[in-house]
Amino acid sequence: MNSPADFTEEDDALRFSGALVLARLGNLPQRLETLAKQPRAIDLSGIERIDTVGAWLIHRLARDSDADVTGANEDAKRLIDQVSQLDKPLQMRPDPTPPFIRVLAQMGAATVSAFRMLYGLLGFFGAILISCWDIIRDPKRFRGNAIARQFEVVGVDALGIIGLMSFLIGIVIAQQGAVQLRQFGAEVFTINLIGRITLRELGVLMTAIMVAGRSGSAFAAQLGSMKLAEEVDAMRTIGVSPIEALVIPRVMATVIMMPLLGFYAALVAIIGGGLFCWISLDIPLITFFQRIREVVPITDLWVGLLKAPVFGLIIAMAGCFQGMQVEGNAEEVGLRTTAAVVQGIFLVIVLDAFFAVFFSSIGWV
Amino acid sequence: MSDTDGEIVISVRGLRNAFGEQVIHDELDLDVHRGEILGVVGGSGTGKSVLMRSIIGLQHPVAGEVHVFGESMIGRDDTEATNVRKRWGVLFQGGALFSTLTVAENVEVPLREYYPELHQQLLDEIASYKIMMSGLPAEAAPKFPSELSGGMKKRAGLARSLALDPELLFLDEPTAGLDPIGAAAFDELTKNLKETLGLTVFLITHDLDTLHAICDRVAVLADRKVIAVGTIPELLALDHPWIQEYFNGPRGRAALGAKR
Repeated sequence: MNSPADFTEEDDALRFSGALVLARLGNLPQRLETLAKQPRAIDLSGIERIDTVGAWLIHRLARDSDADVTGANEDAKRLIDQVSQLDKPLQMRPDPTPPFIRVLAQMGAATVSAFRMLYGLLGFFGAILISCWDIIRDPKRFRGNAIARQFEVVGVDALGIIGLMSFLIGIVIAQQGAVQLRQFGAEVFTINLIGRITLRELGVLMTAIMVAGRSGSAFAAQLGSMKLAEEVDAMRTIGVSPIEALVIPRVMATVIMMPLLGFYAALVAIIGGGLFCWISLDIPLITFFQRIREVVPITDLWVGLLKAPVFGLIIAMAGCFQGMQVEGNAEEVGLRTTAAVVQGIFLVIVLDAFFAVFFSSIGWV
Repeated sequence: MSDTDGEIVISVRGLRNAFGEQVIHDELDLDVHRGEILGVVGGSGTGKSVLMRSIIGLQHPVAGEVHVFGESMIGRDDTEATNVRKRWGVLFQGGALFSTLTVAENVEVPLREYYPELHQQLLDEIASYKIMMSGLPAEAAPKFPSELSGGMKKRAGLARSLALDPELLFLDEPTAGLDPIGAAAFDELTKNLKETLGLTVFLITHDLDTLHAICDRVAVLADRKVIAVGTIPELLALDHPWIQEYFNGPRGRAALGAKR
């Protein structure tokens, strides 16, 4: 309906025609920048329509070449007038920092935030202990329902996925173990491998990773969004301690559920390994379980079961702590949730290394 | 642009929206004329935002027809709808700025998307005057949305919705959450922009002062449809309980008194 914007040069004058609107500009701005000589007059009598972008181009041209605008109708005059009042070059982006300074600043910020986080985590642990003490002194404040609910979410709901994972891990250990040990004619030791590694290490460790991914992240996201919606603040003003109402049930549920889930995971892994041995190595299940009883010392079970609640504490604390740190916007909930999982798994593995050394040195090998 | 007075920019016919069992709109009709500011009012949950989302194609109605600039907006593919989208700007409630871009870059996004041939310098200049036009201070341009107050976010969102020089502007509760001074300034801004740029404005609001100050006509949403459209005196003459309650309640009278 509109012809494209165009102009012709006549002596010192530029005569514009067509629709001087954004959609019909085409290469007009580029052509205006490469004019052979500065115009002395700009004639707008031939244009069909104009919008603010057209008005801006005319204004800029008139400003830079000191030309007079003639033949503009009411609309054009008003728009040009309007944009000329708004002519002020703005900064588009924040000043860039030099890369070297930026790297230094990032390193500094990361160091500070790491220490601040450790300090915060310590404080958070303290707050949990104080709340526990308060609950012990006044058992009426113990929130049985909330804990039972978390038992279900953290423990019962996780049985399926943890079972499947452990079953497959049991099979993988048996299969890889059998392949390697066959080279020494020691296939039968596959049973030792399965029994000891699942009860001592993998059952609990893999469960911890799964719980960190399932529940640690959920804690952070739940508490984070509650923090954003000011639910936590509302609780405080009513006089309910958020630590008691939100954190303690989650931490306790995870601490109690972790050993149970870890034991369950080890058991399912042993069953998976046993089935593999039966099908692939022709070791009957009866023999398999008999061997397990003979070669796995009871201390292996204790090693696994003692680590589990500590891992649970770490995971739940990291999740709740990160959730309670959320401030500002929804984006932070996502960041904090990620941080909760990464932190949880990292701390679990660090502690696992310490446990390994500790249990070896007290003779539980 | 007043030469096209009476031309219908948005036409909604027999619109029906439902979420599951819950019917939001049924047999809803509405016309918006070129060059007017149409205020849309209604109680909470009457589907004002849903109506806007149906018009701009974010919500698929169960039945009915929506025409914008004479083109049907229902069941069109994206490439066809793009030509209509270029001609309108939308300001969402919270501003809906892209959080990873600065205010100036936010304003440049629609320009870049539709007119990639524009040079960076011209883009920056256009973004500059749009930002100034929306009443933001010059320092706001290089800031990120997270550094802005609620009112500034709305102004930045307005600057972005004006980026393509639209003919039609959708504003979803532009003054909600602003202090009275900021709200009055925003009303003034909307009116000025409408007058200088010849905009048609579809304005959802709860703000009685806004209705009195800038709206040419007001559409009232109730009982799942538009029960009345007209100037405020015309609406006051009607005998509908909700309309009477709305405009003649204590707050309505206060706003009316302020107008006089």
